[in-house]
Amino acid sequence: MAKHATPLLDQLESGPWPSFVSDIKQEAANRAANPKGLDYQIPVDCPEDLLGVLELSYEEKETHWKHGGIVGVFGYGGGVIGRYCDQPEKFPGVAHFHTVRVAQPAAKYYHSKFLRDLCDIWDLRGSGLTNMHGSTGDIVLLGTQTPQLEEIFHELTHKMSVDLGGSGSNLRTPEACLGQSRCEYACYNTQDMCYQLTMDYQDELHRPAFPYKFKFKFDGCPNGCVCAMARSDFAVVGTWKDDIKIDQDAVKAYVGGEFKPNAGAHSGRDWGKFDIQKEVIDLCPSKCMSWDGSKLSIKTADCVRCMHCINTMPRALHIGDERGASILVGAKAPVVDGAQMGSLLVPFISCEAPYDDVKEVIEKIWDWWMEEGKNRERVGETMKRLSFQKLLEVTDTEAAAYHVREPRSNPYIFFKEEEVPGGWDRDLAAYRNRHQR
Amino acid sequence: MADKDVIIDFLKGKSAAKSKFYFKDFTDLFPDKGPREVKKLLTQLVNEEVLEFWSSGSTTMYGLKGAGKQSHAEGED
Repeated sequence: MAKHATPLLDQLESGPWPSFVSDIKQEAANRAANPKGLDYQIPVDCPEDLLGVLELSYEEKETHWKHGGIVGVFGYGGGVIGRYCDQPEKFPGVAHFHTVRVAQPAAKYYHSKFLRDLCDIWDLRGSGLTNMHGSTGDIVLLGTQTPQLEEIFHELTHKMSVDLGGSGSNLRTPEACLGQSRCEYACYNTQDMCYQLTMDYQDELHRPAFPYKFKFKFDGCPNGCVCAMARSDFAVVGTWKDDIKIDQDAVKAYVGGEFKPNAGAHSGRDWGKFDIQKEVIDLCPSKCMSWDGSKLSIKTADCVRCMHCINTMPRALHIGDERGASILVGAKAPVVDGAQMGSLLVPFISCEAPYDDVKEVIEKIWDWWMEEGKNRERVGETMKRLSFQKLLEVTDTEAAAYHVREPRSNPYIFFKEEEVPGGWDRDLAAYRNRHQR
Repeated sequence: MADKDVIIDFLKGKSAAKSKFYFKDFTDLFPDKGPREVKKLLTQLVNEEVLEFWSSGSTTMYGLKGAGKQSHAEGED
């Protein structure tokens, strides 16, 4: 018999998808049975009370969580988020229900032992409920109490060699696609860059001093499997400079039906014979491709690296050899000013370890944003408020056509004194020699 | 006055009105120092257990250890 009646939550289980309600009920039953004979360090019935408080919120259409607090581990300003229930007498199991963020391994490769050990810690010292993974990519451990935090932190760092993730006004846990470990499109080693920058910027990750959150994400190619250019303040997206490599025989094999387009994806129904003109050439956003019936040509100068042709015919087309990444800055979700995609700052940057070129850009942006950013202002908002031109200036980037989103609507250009040969000083006598009053 | 005392005096002076402050409130106290230098001072004070972090989950603030109502209200002290 469940501790709380939850008719509204029960109804959610009837849908076609796996239900978090069923998952919580399963864990509630598991904790009640305690098959491993654990000495639970927080209330055994916290999953039951979690369901209870959620049912109450569904009934009243109001949250019963208070968020925020001084809870954390010693010396760290992030990684733990305090959660308290505002109905602690009714739901004592979740009166304190803090969240712990744990840094996920680069590209989320796990050994099953790691997952088992993590769950062992969390069964003993937490609610047993996890969120794999949070929006930023962290392992999210849901629900524990303050006295457990240092114990959990000690076991994570000493036994499992894993650290807490980022929260608050910090560098958030960096995230990378699986990159060169499995993907032939990866233009640089995303996992290595993610790991190196995580190690190099430990202070920024754990000791908050930014105006607000700051996220790095690393995509190996413009397919953007971690959506860096939409979800991160600083997106590093793999790209290449030279020609897409073409195997003309393989192109013919696709046209002749020997190879399945899109590597056999979308094969659930009959889409008819592959039509290279309709499915590739006509869909090229910059119209840089042509097919004359026997030869595929690509005008590299017009190619925008959209990846569509490569995705459709992966055996025939391959990324170029001169590889690096583009840097886009300022993407964010809507809080102030609405959502923003990243703006292209650096079109091509070398991505060789130890990534000094990339770090130089990051640090210039941080110095500027820490100085000029308002409290709770993302770097994308600072850019919008103070202008993209200012960002170019502080990052020592020369303005170029690719920084322009649309033709200017303001007809006035104001030069700075240092941009004008000779500055503002003029010899008036010489001027009057040339121009009478 | 030592830099750390400037921070502590500022927090004590404001304690009747506020108990938690943004990082930028401290950089304003030291117009000649960069944010990284101010951060080092604050980190030292946190490590000495004079200051503590408060986090909403999305934003972090600094305050004198034990200041404010929350610890007591949540039974955390």
